[in-house]
Amino acid sequence: MNGAAVTEPATTPDLIAAHGLSEAEYRRAQEVLGRDPNLTELGIFSVMWSEHCSYKSSKKWLKTLPTEAPWVICGPGENAGVIDIGDGQAAVFKMESHNHPSFIEPYQGAATGVGGILRDVFTMGARPVANLSCLRFGHPDHPRTRHLVAGVVAGIGGYGNCVGVPTVGGECTFHESYNGNILVNAMTVGLADADRIFYSTAAGAGNPLVYVGSKTGRDGIHGATMASAEFDETAEERRPTVQVGDPFTEKLLLEACLELMATDAIVAIQDMGAAGLTSSSFEMAGKGGMGVELDLDHVPQRETGMSPYEIMLSESQERMLMVLQRGREDEARRIFEKWELDFAVVGKLTDTGRMVVRMNGEVAADLPIAPLANASPEYDRPWATTAPPEQIPADSMNAPETKDFEGVMDVLQRLLASPDLASKRWVWDQYDHLVMGRTVQRPGGDAAVVRVPGSRKALALSADCTPRYCAAFPRTGGAQAVAESWRNLTAAGARPLAITDCMNFGSPERPEIMGQFVECIEGMRKACLALDFPVVSGNVSFYNETNGAAIQPTPAIGAVGVIDDIESMATIALKGDGNALVLIGECRGHLGASLYLREIAGRSDGAPPPVDLEAERRNGDFVRLQIFDGRVVSCHDVSDGGLLVAAAEMALASATPTGNMLGALLHLEDDLPLHALAFGEDQGRYVLEVDQSEVDALMAAADAVGVPVRRIGRCGGTALTVNGEQTISLFVLRRDHEGWLPSYMAG
Amino acid sequence: MRAAVVTFPGSNRDVDVIDALIAVSGQRPGIVWHRDVELPDVDLIVLPGGFSYGDYLRSGAMAARSPILREVSARAEAGVAVLGICNGFQILTEVGLLPGVLMANRNLKFVCRDIHLKVERADTPFTGRYEAGQVIRVPVAHHDGNYFSDADTLARIESEGRVAFRYCTPEGHVEDEINPNGSINGIAGVYNEARNVLGLMPHPEDHVDGAQGCSDGRPMFESLIEHLA
Repeated sequence: MNGAAVTEPATTPDLIAAHGLSEAEYRRAQEVLGRDPNLTELGIFSVMWSEHCSYKSSKKWLKTLPTEAPWVICGPGENAGVIDIGDGQAAVFKMESHNHPSFIEPYQGAATGVGGILRDVFTMGARPVANLSCLRFGHPDHPRTRHLVAGVVAGIGGYGNCVGVPTVGGECTFHESYNGNILVNAMTVGLADADRIFYSTAAGAGNPLVYVGSKTGRDGIHGATMASAEFDETAEERRPTVQVGDPFTEKLLLEACLELMATDAIVAIQDMGAAGLTSSSFEMAGKGGMGVELDLDHVPQRETGMSPYEIMLSESQERMLMVLQRGREDEARRIFEKWELDFAVVGKLTDTGRMVVRMNGEVAADLPIAPLANASPEYDRPWATTAPPEQIPADSMNAPETKDFEGVMDVLQRLLASPDLASKRWVWDQYDHLVMGRTVQRPGGDAAVVRVPGSRKALALSADCTPRYCAAFPRTGGAQAVAESWRNLTAAGARPLAITDCMNFGSPERPEIMGQFVECIEGMRKACLALDFPVVSGNVSFYNETNGAAIQPTPAIGAVGVIDDIESMATIALKGDGNALVLIGECRGHLGASLYLREIAGRSDGAPPPVDLEAERRNGDFVRLQIFDGRVVSCHDVSDGGLLVAAAEMALASATPTGNMLGALLHLEDDLPLHALAFGEDQGRYVLEVDQSEVDALMAAADAVGVPVRRIGRCGGTALTVNGEQTISLFVLRRDHEGWLPSYMAG
Repeated sequence: MRAAVVTFPGSNRDVDVIDALIAVSGQRPGIVWHRDVELPDVDLIVLPGGFSYGDYLRSGAMAARSPILREVSARAEAGVAVLGICNGFQILTEVGLLPGVLMANRNLKFVCRDIHLKVERADTPFTGRYEAGQVIRVPVAHHDGNYFSDADTLARIESEGRVAFRYCTPEGHVEDEINPNGSINGIAGVYNEARNVLGLMPHPEDHVDGAQGCSDGRPMFESLIEHLA
């Protein structure tokens, strides 16, 4: 498709279909224009109305999410969300998917995913201070999985390490539903002065439109439409539509933009992400009700002979579009020249409301902006509800289910070495998680924590989702993803403030998938409301399917909270021999959709654990207060794998640099069968390590506010022991827990 | 102590070492841009970590040819203390102030984790606050940290006592299994002949405050302050 004006092909139904537009959408494009679009215009309609850019299937439902709170400075709709963290400072953050490119070309796909989300954050005037990533791969035995893990991890590290932003946390799990469609969700968190946030609303007819960063090439053309289509066997052929990243240029662009942002020369700024120059110019002008005259002859180009179509749709990386105050061009140019980046005035704002694109003295496109930017199609797609799965009573299963296991410690050993629970050290060792020198909780805990420079404060960060719960019952799964994120921050002693959501689903054109989306959102909405935890930014990735088989619904939640004084931060590592272990929250032995069921019993049925949002809030607020009051020595939330796994993770985290570890002696006695108590995944629970002298006061305080609390044992030894009879060495557990991923990757 | 940190396009641990110098000395170092041709009158020059020029061509190779490096070399020869950390170490070997080269890690992967170092000697401007043989814990974060030199050079720097740090076990044993990158003789840092220039791959600047998990890097900066005061 070389579409120079002279060789333009006829607008056939095939060409329209190749651009991902439905017949109805094409008719609407004709109505908007009052004529047939030319090829460049067809390309512009195609990307602007793609699912990726227009949110046409999701808008109706996204609108139902709570987005406001007194501390929200900017909610969804900008490049990233902004929240007030006190002292005149703001946290700016977003999570975004780069799934399709990462499956086709894992290194570059993942790297440019990181690059794109970094730009979303520094576009708003924030210095990025942390990256996180949520990775979902196919089954470990699938022939492509190892290659994809290696490439994605190297790509995330390769980009973030070079730019110099620490990658401090996230998730990495495996499931066969991702065999043909992995998920790479990247999150960036930045810091800015609350009164120095930059937005993308263009203003001021006559103000220059300025292009900065890398030159434009033919890479990534139609990435946005690729991200809006299903995969089949021909996915490989789409490799040319994957962009190539250059983190060095990104670092220069970051420094140059922040330097210019210290002046007041910028009116509006937008990064060129999906659909490049097209979406950045349309979005900026659309938000301001402005028109644009764009002269493509001035766009810095890496290749010769590029057509207007290619320039408008290129997704070359590390580029930004800005509207400057008229007359400030030279001042801005000097900064970009200092950083050895291209700087070009490529057009100006007008008050016509139209986008007029010229090249070689000819008009290449002439389109009204509002219908493309603000009035894209909006669908109320049919959706089907997911029937509630059967509950699995705790006592309906024999423990353990198979003869391979002699008791709970055998099960624990197997679970901790299972792909989802095994240590991900092999991954984060390849990420520079320490650059900037402010990382005070490294990967592997409940939340990552980075200090806010010049203060006692720190940001607590988490990226989380439990797709098997969402697959079993989306309403519960959606609520659980939000609740667990809130719990992760709480367990570090942080005040949870807001979330970003990265919604990964199959095709919205199938009612059962659309239903998963609708019902996950409904669960999320309830949890956000109950926990005062608004959504301030997000991204939707549909069409995550291959040959009609969809991924598990995966609404990844990126969460940000504040610790007011790092002295009161909690970590998960056990610390003191003899200290008491206390469980907060109620045990019901819920095994439906649990890891125990999947990894040990080989079943994946059953309802996910119910999420009681009132109890969640009450228990979490109590735990946070106890941490704040200094009564808590260490704290871990109970999630995947249940109580015994949580206790084991705390003991393993106690490892000192010289290799010593602190174990625990647990008393798990209840009416429930032991395996259900040990591995049930009931929500709203935390394990606390408490000095013996503080236990009575803590338990009394819990009783007083109706928070379930019980002693479950004490710290001691170098093994984990349950009820005085079943025991396992921490050194054995560590060997298996740390060993799985390196040995898998070496295989 | 007056210090200057030289920054290149792509430097990214400049912030870390600036913060460390402020935390330990209470004074903000000067910041010198790679295109500058003059250095202020300082007692310490730091070449920070990062990916100068994107590590294109070879780590440190392009920075070694930037104008400011001529001035850094002249000051080094005049006896001013020069500390090159990570990418700064790579630059110092490329410019010839330190012997040897830094190759890609032997497993060809980036590595970021805490490691233990054996302090070889405590009679240099950089190590006066350590004990000879002391084991310290600091992080590494690099892709190209595999120190190598030809046999003659290696024999010379070993016999002249110019190895500054070696990767070791927590107990201080230099063993190949714990070597994070494959460096020859476990070498993590080396001095020039006069011992006023030190290059090292690990990041003492990221371990100056207990909140970072450890403060074993702090004495290096205290040593410099004491020596250069």
